[in-house]
Amino acid sequence: MRWLLVAVIAAATTVSDVLQAAAMKQHGEICDFRPGAIGRLLGMLARNRMIIASVLAMAVSFFAFLALLSVADLSFAVPATAGSYVLETVLAKYLLKEPVNWLRWAGALLVACGVALLAL
Amino acid sequence: MNVHAARLRLKTRFFTFLVVLSSVCGNFSLSWGMRQFGRLASFSPLVYIRAVMNPFVALGITLLVVWLLSHMTLLSWADLSYVLPVTSIGYVLSALAGRLFLHEDISAYRWAGILLITAGVALVARTAPHRSGAPS
Repeated sequence: MRWLLVAVIAAATTVSDVLQAAAMKQHGEICDFRPGAIGRLLGMLARNRMIIASVLAMAVSFFAFLALLSVADLSFAVPATAGSYVLETVLAKYLLKEPVNWLRWAGALLVACGVALLAL
Repeated sequence: MNVHAARLRLKTRFFTFLVVLSSVCGNFSLSWGMRQFGRLASFSPLVYIRAVMNPFVALGITLLVVWLLSHMTLLSWADLSYVLPVTSIGYVLSALAGRLFLHEDISAYRWAGILLITAGVALVARTAPHRSGAPS
């Protein structure tokens, strides 16, 4: 049960992060933080299909995470959900066309190994 | 360093801090609430609705909304391959919060994991956050 929930969380988080990053790249840098501008931005994001799909995937991940927290410790639940680090970095490079240099690869690998150790 | 680069660096640091803080406090609050609620291995929506009525679970959800908005703002100029590892310092803080406040155990393996994550964050933080920026 624990590891099934971990797999659901990892897959849903990956889909959510990649969609969110793609939508925000399309939108461009947010520079205006006045209340009116933030309101307009939220309205625009609420109609964006990629953001809607991303939030749905996040909801799946969230409820699976809630179920995991009820059967496992926080220090198991949080790191175990991060098994998707390397996969997300690969998708960032090939799908989102990000410049992933050796520092980022090494960083993502170290984080993924660290996360795996945290789950032990 | 020009004015735009300095402003971007400051903005990146501020929103990274907000993403990490809301995530750690949100997860901690959810965990505390779920401990009060009890086991949730069910597919019935009613059980989940009752769980979100718990004040700590509700506070956790509010903080996760703050997390979502600050995360999206950060992703509007920073790469996903930068944001993901850098904000993973939250895992270290979550483990430490679990130890300090929930009295969960941190084994030697977990301490090693904390060290590796911190090293990974330090490496990625040396690259420029912006997609068009060259590594510093």
